[in-house]
Amino acid sequence: MLRFTLYRVLHVIPTLIIISIISFFIIQLPPGDFLTTQIAALEAQGESLDPAQLEALRIRYGIGEPFWVQYWKWISNIVLHGDFGLSFQYQRPVADLISERLGLTVLLGLATLILTWVIALPAGVISAIRQHKAADYIISVLGFVALAVPNFLAALALAYIGFRFFGQSVGGLFSAEYVNAPWSFGRVLDLLEHLWIPVVVIALAGTAGIIRTTRANMLDELHKPYVTTARAKGLPEGRTIRKYPLRIALNPFVSTAGWNIPSIFDGEVIVATVLALGTTGPLLLGSLRSQDMYLAGGIILIIAVLTVIGTFISDLLLAAVDPRVRFGKA
Amino acid sequence: MSQPQLPVADPEPDETGTTEDLSAETGRSSGAVASASQRRLIWWRFRKHRLAMIGMWLLVIMYTVAAFAGFFAPFSTSSYEGQHAYHPPQVPQFSFAEGLYVHPTTGHTDLETLAPVFEENTEEFIHLRFFVHGDEYKLLGLIETDIHLFGPSEPGERWYALGADRTGADLLSKIIYGSQISLSIGLVGVAVSLLLGLLLGGISGYFGGTVDTILQRVIELFMSIPTLPLWLGLAASVPPQWGAVPTYLMITVILSLLGWTSLARVIRGRLLQIRDEDYVLAANLDGVSTGRIIFRHMVPAFTSHIIATVSLAVPAMILSETALSFLGLGLRAPAVSWGVLLQDAQSVNVIATAPWLLIPGLAVVLAVVAFNFVGDGLRDSADPYGKRS
Repeated sequence: MLRFTLYRVLHVIPTLIIISIISFFIIQLPPGDFLTTQIAALEAQGESLDPAQLEALRIRYGIGEPFWVQYWKWISNIVLHGDFGLSFQYQRPVADLISERLGLTVLLGLATLILTWVIALPAGVISAIRQHKAADYIISVLGFVALAVPNFLAALALAYIGFRFFGQSVGGLFSAEYVNAPWSFGRVLDLLEHLWIPVVVIALAGTAGIIRTTRANMLDELHKPYVTTARAKGLPEGRTIRKYPLRIALNPFVSTAGWNIPSIFDGEVIVATVLALGTTGPLLLGSLRSQDMYLAGGIILIIAVLTVIGTFISDLLLAAVDPRVRFGKA
Repeated sequence: MSQPQLPVADPEPDETGTTEDLSAETGRSSGAVASASQRRLIWWRFRKHRLAMIGMWLLVIMYTVAAFAGFFAPFSTSSYEGQHAYHPPQVPQFSFAEGLYVHPTTGHTDLETLAPVFEENTEEFIHLRFFVHGDEYKLLGLIETDIHLFGPSEPGERWYALGADRTGADLLSKIIYGSQISLSIGLVGVAVSLLLGLLLGGISGYFGGTVDTILQRVIELFMSIPTLPLWLGLAASVPPQWGAVPTYLMITVILSLLGWTSLARVIRGRLLQIRDEDYVLAANLDGVSTGRIIFRHMVPAFTSHIIATVSLAVPAMILSETALSFLGLGLRAPAVSWGVLLQDAQSVNVIATAPWLLIPGLAVVLAVVAFNFVGDGLRDSADPYGKRS
């Protein structure tokens, strides 16, 4: 297990480096450099920047120097000093802006992941056990529909229903009285009340794929001789399924959980924008629209790193439940 | 957009059926099954998949409507009536004296609530007829005509089958015209993805070794990054002053740049599997040339799987375009696509006053479900002798 972990860590490091290069590449894509943009913006407001300050910024971000020099300045500031640069739009350090919102993003992501599992696993198992029966068809059709409804549409529809029939305030993760309140029991309850819409919307889109995988895996296992043996020995049906085929069918399930993390972040950007949640998604979208590229790059980097770490953990989990993976046999 | 990972066409059916199984399933004699071509067997099996057949007919209808958009849409996209902004849908009424008709309306803004109000003039009639003369358009971009399938009998009269949008243009016409972009962007994007996937997956699967390892790492890398932030970043760098066509092409390329990975994986998996098949070895031993082995013996064995995977990739692309345009980073307003239309429906307040603005979303759902059904059916029938899942 230790060897496998080390091997995987060695894989993660180059991935992280490449991801950081891609993120920086995206920052550089819009024409012109960000200082010029900022100066133009300031001049439009009738202000001007002190030339000395300008020169300092120029040196600090390596403007006008080759891509690799700029990249090195950017990434070394992040890794060594935790300095993600400055957001022009907010005139604040990017690190502050992100850290304010990252907690909620991670919370949303985890809640979504758990709900996806809670829905998809039983649905997939039932669908396999009742193959070609009503339950199977209902689950399959619902799964396809959930896959087909664009996230934002589902979010809008649910928000509308919540607003129209339950009188719920629309948008945001907190009611007005709790937005700036310190953490308390009431605030947590309030958060949960608002969290369900985005969580349900993002989770539903992810379930369809997992239901299909679980169903296929279960179907493969259900007809194997060891299941028949267990039945022949008189094991009750429920216990037979829980003890034998389910365990094997779970393996790919754990491994696909890792692949699912990117789609959760994708969903978060859209749903959070529609519902005006205080997470990183709307911040990213806003920064891309106003070409606030250091902010955008920082968020893309953080999300990508979180995803890689999530995938890494799910690989370790898979190795823990399946010895064949550890020994490179599967 | 939260596209869930593409379902991969089943790479290895672990049980192989017999001619008898297949003849029982398709209801044809075992002699007919034994002598039928692969393509025919796939078609027979596909036809048994009821949802897939429904999906296929839906797609045929949708693409026909998209191809002849000018004929099916009652109005052109540029025709609008400012006073009819946010006009609710008008259901045609019927009487024996007048035939199908709606009443003309005049719209104004309620000065207290600021909500749009429409008054029907029940004295007058707008007659709805088939094959009427209306806005001019070019059928298939070639034939100039002004005949529309169904609409108001006099040119200049207005009828809002599915309501009107913010500018007072007919939503139904816009949805029909929007299908041209929304339905084609998926196909074009998948074609580009397929090209990349075939090339890189082919190289990876055929040569194996170090090349394979490197390409597999690259694919894993792409699959481990959330695509939407990357798309957004790339899409944000498309200059807003570009015209509709270059933006369309750019968006397609961006979508496919990140969409080729799963296709490449499937292709590689199939190639690796087929490379070790006995019949490939046999052809090799008979001294058949490499090119002939690939194109005559290997390619036919995995085309059906590729088609199945592709048909499952198209809906993902359609959803991506919709989401990008919805967020304002894809296509922009003069261009009409379902995503662009949904931009109008961004806030709950708008939806509360004009819920019909969500109808383009239904079109998206319908198209995506249809593609998924067809893809699922193809995946089941891609290997006619494989077991049915």
